[in-house]
Amino acid sequence: MKFLVCISKAPDTTSRIAFTEGDTQFDANGVQFIVNPYDEWYALVRALELKEQHGGTVTTITVGEADCDPVVRKALAIGADDAMRIDANPQDALHTASLIAHHAKQGGYDVVLCGKETIDHNGSVVGGMVAEMLDAAYISLAISLDIDGGKAQAKREASGGLEAVEATLPVVVSAAKGMAEQRIPNMRGIMAARSKPLKVVPAEGGVQGTAVAKFELPPAKGDCKMVSVDAPEELVRLLREEAKVL
Amino acid sequence: MICLTFVPVKNGQATKAGLEAVSYAKQCGATVTALVVGELNGDGGAGAAGASKVLHMGDNLQDEGQIARVVAAAAEAEGATLVVAPHDHIGRAVAPRVAVRMGAGMVPGVTGLLQGSEVKKNVFSGKAVAHVNIETDKKVVTTTPNAFGVASDGTAASVEAFAADAGEARLTVKGFESSSEDGSVPLPEAVRVVSAGRGLKGPEHWGIVEELAQAMQATTACSRPVSDMGWRPHHEHVGQTGITIRPDLYVAAGISGAIQHLAGVNQSKVIVAINTDPEAPLFKAADYGIVGDAFEVLPKLTAAIKTLG
Repeated sequence: MKFLVCISKAPDTTSRIAFTEGDTQFDANGVQFIVNPYDEWYALVRALELKEQHGGTVTTITVGEADCDPVVRKALAIGADDAMRIDANPQDALHTASLIAHHAKQGGYDVVLCGKETIDHNGSVVGGMVAEMLDAAYISLAISLDIDGGKAQAKREASGGLEAVEATLPVVVSAAKGMAEQRIPNMRGIMAARSKPLKVVPAEGGVQGTAVAKFELPPAKGDCKMVSVDAPEELVRLLREEAKVL
Repeated sequence: MICLTFVPVKNGQATKAGLEAVSYAKQCGATVTALVVGELNGDGGAGAAGASKVLHMGDNLQDEGQIARVVAAAAEAEGATLVVAPHDHIGRAVAPRVAVRMGAGMVPGVTGLLQGSEVKKNVFSGKAVAHVNIETDKKVVTTTPNAFGVASDGTAASVEAFAADAGEARLTVKGFESSSEDGSVPLPEAVRVVSAGRGLKGPEHWGIVEELAQAMQATTACSRPVSDMGWRPHHEHVGQTGITIRPDLYVAAGISGAIQHLAGVNQSKVIVAINTDPEAPLFKAADYGIVGDAFEVLPKLTAAIKTLG
């Protein structure tokens, strides 16, 4: 069974968010980049578990420039067999998806996994686009995934609960919390990752649909209005009359 | 501009998120055709929300790949240049596929109206806003639930049967487990949320959280440690790796407010923090605060709401 896991780099959650070049670019200065948590903790680890169960290979795919390599090496250290990096600066979800799909089509993968969204763009779009481009089934927001008898079985988040779904292979799956437990790479994994294949390929087949015109920071939050512990009715009054949310 | 809005339905009625998408499209200045797939009573409420017409396909399609084919076919039949869907569970699976089928640029989870070809969306977990330019003639956007109101001043829309080749089903739904046995509103759609953290000291103390939630007609949520320790189910976890919410009112008791937690709740309109530690980071993100013990404050708040009626 061939697994392809989409790995994206993302700024660490505690990063200071600032912009440069007339507020059109994210200021990466001094920012620590990590593997997007949904890609790493859930999508990658579940692919590794399924490979351990069914045999096969786990390949990672990343759209990005050479500064993504540490993040790709981490995915290899956690246990992926090999990695592919498409050498392009991703412009939007359509661009990323079209580049991934172009290579995924040639790879004959049974299962393509990605995190439910990246923590920088919060889009949750790439998985669905890749599925459409591959003409494959798509299970979005899956919290579990199993492969049985040539079919994918999953539970996914739905309005007011969880849906159990079954899909034919090949399938694209977006992974949400609950699919797997985070794995910390050990020293052996880190050493092995250095010699695992990381293939850099030129960007082909990419199309773009949107571009960020500018970024801005949200307006500063006003002060927190404190209410005495002995006057809960005052808080209720404020929520009703001032904030009008109760 | 003609807009095709995909409106999910439940028990024959349009969902709130679906109606928000209709009102959004109308506010963008479009003539709105709503598309409903599945059981529908009347116009499902789409007319009042701003739709001029409803296209209805009665088939109960479960595979969003099939729904996307129908949406794209309807958009083409209507000559729509804009497709709007809610950024809910189903819209997130349908809209990206529609964008690919139509060769359209897409912006997910918008928080502002489409002005010309530019639209706003939150990025970096609500810590910044991006103004995104959609460069293609055809455009797809999904609307952040609870970010836009539902209009009610429209008149009932005419309903026309619609048929399109949906292709083969590759995904089937085998079962459903409800997470809200008590019938409370699911978290992503909730207008009010009462949330609690480790300060509650154990799952046996959740009664006071549930009582306040009931008095406020709110849905309950929790912090990550609480769901990781198994005190509360995973689907209640709000925060970076759990779910992101955007209610009108978010009340957090006994939650210190780690940055990962704030990432999931900082788009709430009003935040109330209740904590024994006046230095808790949540107070910096909150609009109202009470320094005090949740065990004392929550029952007092519940009583105050009941007394004030």
